[in-house]
Amino acid sequence: MAIHGCDYMGIYDLLSPEEKMVQESVSDFVDNEVLPIIEKHYQAGTFPMHLAEKMAELGVFGITLPQEYGCAGANNVCYGLAMQELERGDSAVRSFASVQSSLVMYPIYTYGSEEIRRKWLPKLASVQAIGCFGLTEPDFGSNPSGMITNAVKIDGGYLLNGAKMWITNGTLADVAVVWAKFEGKVRGFLVEKGMKGFTAPEMKGKHSLRASVTSELVFQDVEIPEENVLNVEGLRGPLSCLTQARYGISWGAIGAALACYESSLNYAKSRIQFDKPIASFQLVQEKLVYMLNEITKAQLLCYHLGRLKDAGTMRPQQVSMAKRNNVDIAIQIARIARDLHGANGILDEYPIMRHANNLESVRTYEGTHDIHTLILGADITGIQAFS
Amino acid sequence: MNIVVCVSQVPDTTTKIAIGADGKTIEKSGVKFILNPYDEYAIEEGLQLKEKFGGTVTALTVGNDSSKDILRTALAMGADKAVLISDSVNSDTFAIASSIADYAKTVAPDIIILGRQSIDYDSFAMASMVGELMNLPSISMVSSWTINGTSITAERDIEGGKEVIETSLPCVISAQKGLNNPRYPKLPDIMKAKSKPIDAVAGASVPARVMTVSMELPQTQRRGIILNDSEHDITELVRLLHEDAKVI
Repeated sequence: MAIHGCDYMGIYDLLSPEEKMVQESVSDFVDNEVLPIIEKHYQAGTFPMHLAEKMAELGVFGITLPQEYGCAGANNVCYGLAMQELERGDSAVRSFASVQSSLVMYPIYTYGSEEIRRKWLPKLASVQAIGCFGLTEPDFGSNPSGMITNAVKIDGGYLLNGAKMWITNGTLADVAVVWAKFEGKVRGFLVEKGMKGFTAPEMKGKHSLRASVTSELVFQDVEIPEENVLNVEGLRGPLSCLTQARYGISWGAIGAALACYESSLNYAKSRIQFDKPIASFQLVQEKLVYMLNEITKAQLLCYHLGRLKDAGTMRPQQVSMAKRNNVDIAIQIARIARDLHGANGILDEYPIMRHANNLESVRTYEGTHDIHTLILGADITGIQAFS
Repeated sequence: MNIVVCVSQVPDTTTKIAIGADGKTIEKSGVKFILNPYDEYAIEEGLQLKEKFGGTVTALTVGNDSSKDILRTALAMGADKAVLISDSVNSDTFAIASSIADYAKTVAPDIIILGRQSIDYDSFAMASMVGELMNLPSISMVSSWTINGTSITAERDIEGGKEVIETSLPCVISAQKGLNNPRYPKLPDIMKAKSKPIDAVAGASVPARVMTVSMELPQTQRRGIILNDSEHDITELVRLLHEDAKVI
């Protein structure tokens, strides 16, 4: 197994044997299973469903959860490295894993009863069941506390009404973790496929994350049994899930950036203009060095964030910094890579335009770039700029 | 079935090799080491045998503490246990084969599987030497095979063709590329591998029979290649332009 990726500061040597193996295993998986087929799916606007089964077999879903639920029981650095490698393939593939792991399995594990855990976690780990997460609404994105979706108490459970939007895997999902207001407080409900009044139409027309299914969730008097309610109250429930997913995105963005950088480096060394490789030109070298520099800083940020998360001392604001920075530099790198590849940069022969387009979504979802700026701004000044 | 798979640690194929100050060894600092790629086929074959016939797979290497990483990879792929045989500083292929054979005699395996070569020193000799030292039949470069009871029919690659060989267990085989598709270590198995044992065993104190006198990097020189107009030559031209010159 070849060691993958640019590692200018020797971070690989800081990893434990298990962490190295996780990276190598997922890296090989991406090289052999994702890269050969992903462009076709991106162009066709389809999710490569067979990859979900292969990812389950590899063990990437719920990677940090205990083995007794069919998960890997790995640490957060392993989780990050796996997300990095998956997104080196495509943001859609990483998004699938992020949603399944951080937004569905995490809340079920953290806020679900033992019965609910036993019912769903092994199925979600083996992808016999697919999950989705419903927080964002058509009119409430960055301000989820204004959500309209609501639940009222009925005999033996709750009655759910409302709609969610921009839901990754919604149409595919067997179970949706849906956040809705009950008596003015945000609560989490597990809505199962086939429940009367629940539909999940796919959203079409995306220029980004084309290999991912994005959906609306519509609830019309959906009866939710008592046992499907998660044991958490307030926005801290969904926000704790977002912290997990944003952590994974921080690593994932490095993967997309690596794919663009590696393609750029190879292209610059082999593309001949004015009788020499374009890597001979100062302006091209500057672009490559910028990419390397930003990737290396992003790697160090994530490595340290992972160690903090494993130590239990990580703060959500630190995740905001990593998500904000790493997606930002990844999108800059993708744009510069497009430039460096000249006209070839728009072709599907290179991964550039696919990553560049995907990252436009990644920049916006799970807290936009600007919202993360304001989270950090509030943290250092003590003044909230968005309330 | 008692299956022993021998693995070795080799420099990553993307590593730039430098010759050490003594002119006889490679400079190891800064070099990333990986599991020898051919050994992945050997491990996979061992695991498939276990899945078919039951038993245990023991991964074995002759090396030092840093070799534990490849043993952990073998354990993560599914080997039951691992053995690290300590290596003496100046050991040659024969000394290493002797260490393997000495240990293997103590566990009486039904089959010993190796990769066809280690991609560092490329001696291609290990399977044959281990077979001889243990007085067992050995078949090298096996590309496919069947086991029926204790009899083995193996197909091996020879120059320009295939050769079919029969022998019986116990025996030693070396795995050719294409024998199988090595599995990825699954993430839960990587974690479980932490608790699998790695036994330390002292190596055979056999003196080296050959000595490396000097080592040097291949000379890189620009030279032309003349191709003709046969279909094969055209295919070769495309391959050279694509893989070597990387211009198409």
